[in-house]
Amino acid sequence: MNEKKKSKKKNRVIMRSVILFLLIAAIGYTLYNNATAEDVSVLKVGDQAPDFKLVDLEGESHQLSDYKGQGVFLNFWGTWCKPCAKEMPAMDRQYEAFKDQGVQVLAVNIAQSDFEVQSFADQYKLSFPVVIDKTKSVMTAYNIIPLPTTVLVNPDGEIQRIITGEMTEQDIEGFMEEIKPQ
Amino acid sequence: MEKKQCQCGHVNPPGTILCESCGRSLTEKEQNSKLVDMRYEGTARRSQTYNKSIIDKVWNFFSSVKVGIGIIVALLVAAAVGTILPQEQYVQVPVRNEATIKAYYSDVYGEVGRIYHYLGFHDLYSSFWFIILVGMLAISLIIASLDRFVPLYRSLKNQRVLRHESFMNKQRIYGKGQAPEDVLEKAETKLKELKYNVTLDKNGLLAEKGRFSRWGPYVNHIGLIIFLFGVMLRMMPGFYVDETLWIREGETRAIPEAPGYALESKKFQLETYTGEEKDGAFSEAVDRVGSVVKNYQTDIVLYKKAEDGLPGEMENMEEVKEYPIRVNQPLKFDGFAVYQMDYKQNELKAMNFALTNKESGDSLGELTIDLINPEKFYELENGATVELKGYYPDFSGFENGEPQTATPLPNNPGFLVEMTTPETPKGETSFILIRNTIEPFGENQFKLEFQSAETRNVSGLTVRKDKTLPILGLGGLIFMIGVAQGMYFNHRRFWIQQKANGEIVLAGHTNKNWFALKKDLDQVSEFASLPAYSDQQEDIEMRMKKEGEEAL
Repeated sequence: MNEKKKSKKKNRVIMRSVILFLLIAAIGYTLYNNATAEDVSVLKVGDQAPDFKLVDLEGESHQLSDYKGQGVFLNFWGTWCKPCAKEMPAMDRQYEAFKDQGVQVLAVNIAQSDFEVQSFADQYKLSFPVVIDKTKSVMTAYNIIPLPTTVLVNPDGEIQRIITGEMTEQDIEGFMEEIKPQ
Repeated sequence: MEKKQCQCGHVNPPGTILCESCGRSLTEKEQNSKLVDMRYEGTARRSQTYNKSIIDKVWNFFSSVKVGIGIIVALLVAAAVGTILPQEQYVQVPVRNEATIKAYYSDVYGEVGRIYHYLGFHDLYSSFWFIILVGMLAISLIIASLDRFVPLYRSLKNQRVLRHESFMNKQRIYGKGQAPEDVLEKAETKLKELKYNVTLDKNGLLAEKGRFSRWGPYVNHIGLIIFLFGVMLRMMPGFYVDETLWIREGETRAIPEAPGYALESKKFQLETYTGEEKDGAFSEAVDRVGSVVKNYQTDIVLYKKAEDGLPGEMENMEEVKEYPIRVNQPLKFDGFAVYQMDYKQNELKAMNFALTNKESGDSLGELTIDLINPEKFYELENGATVELKGYYPDFSGFENGEPQTATPLPNNPGFLVEMTTPETPKGETSFILIRNTIEPFGENQFKLEFQSAETRNVSGLTVRKDKTLPILGLGGLIFMIGVAQGMYFNHRRFWIQQKANGEIVLAGHTNKNWFALKKDLDQVSEFASLPAYSDQQEDIEMRMKKEGEEAL
């Protein structure tokens, strides 16, 4: 009788512990999801960079996966965005220095007209390819909100770093060094 | 607490009020009361019985109805406080981020606003303590239900037909007296006719009807828990999407949160009632307020990227369908619904100019500058050309002599043009703004004279996906079934015993609707000549009322 009572009590405690644990775990999980809800679809460092294909001003297609083995310096920008314009010349200079070391720059304009983008590229004499995301589908896939945003893709096609806001020339140099193939 | 052995010999779990077997009162309080407490059939709520380990203590906390009601009240108060100041999403700030929203509350509402924001009332449903409270409510629902349902189920399942007289005479409906010999058989016949389940045992009878109504509250709680589970899923990625998409006529845009899909807006239209409809619809209202909207509509084409397509590949999109999105007639695809929510009319799209000789006023021809996708060269008659040197869709002034644009939208377009005519082969430069022309390199012979503008409309669409709706619906349905079960059906029981001396003892109980119970009993009494019964609670109330009146 006493044995039976003991085992019954033990079962009760186990049963209750399991139920409480499951319920508290559910609340914990909900809290976690709530805390991270804002950046659910935001890309994280270490993720595979979503592949895309955009056309540049010369009519040439650029597919991200074609640059596997190289570091890709992906810069999202617009002509109206002043910090974007400010960092362009520095990016161009560093591109000249790093392009032979396996670093590619792709400047992704957000859905502006060919005329505006071409004028801008001519004005700043940009030597790297400038592509236009006409439907904002790449912007959506990368969940880009502020401009400029720069996504560093390493030679394995993974996201190395995401930078929002203006970069100095020193920053740019350091970032290119980071994604340079070994 | 110890197990309780009843006089009848049955051993009851600790905390039992009425013996599970015979129905005798087991507690002193119960023995002294006039009527028995029939809640949960006098069984022990499981958690009351032991209070030993920490797990048991936590369990008992949530098992308490008082705690449950406390949580509900706390949620109600929090929800009410959350309506005092506007919620975060309705706050207007120029740039939306944590810092500006925080600043908004303290700037506009002072110290109160600062505390309000600090405590998370500005985004109540996402604040961690609100979620914890809702979670605690779910725990309370589950544990309190389990603790009550299990003993109640057991005791109703193992009901005895013969109960001790002290159980019978403490029921609200009670009667005792002489009756004919065949009273039990007759009562059984009539009760069966009234759709009661009748069980016989020796000299006694138990008639029961509508036991399932006792499960109503528990079914109801299951519905609530399913509902809360659905709400919890909403916060998980992929279950719930609520995004805004502004799209201009002629544009193709990727649909946010719907990878691989894009929308093209063909046209937005707003139709109004003229007040002169044949059926006279809204004519009064049109007279009174000027215009009544008949229809908001965006004609769209839905595209899906090809199997091997990539983001950005325009040529690799397949047309899925054309559809006019109207209010309450969303575009539906792949679990998504796109609703017509907002609009802006008459955004500039193109401007027409005439190249004219300022002196003579003669026109050398007209040209149209597309503000969305401008061309570089424009050839006119007589060999005159205009070259667009710069385009500033939302001109905001000069910086170091450079024209600036504030946004990519053509709100205030500015153009830098070079006009070449046979008369001015070297070309003349002009900077054109709406209602203003600047000639930076001296007086020109020619000018671009504004003729007319073309506009386009913008649609504000909302992209929604809610995979939790079927779960919420199921929860709601089960909730309502539980409510109906508990509210519209009653659990009615009669106990009738024939003593050795031929005397009949009868008792009746229901969880609600005593009137109907008495009506049933009256029918049985008449048919089987049962002794008269009384409603003991009414008797007690009458007596108390009388005593009260006498005291006055």
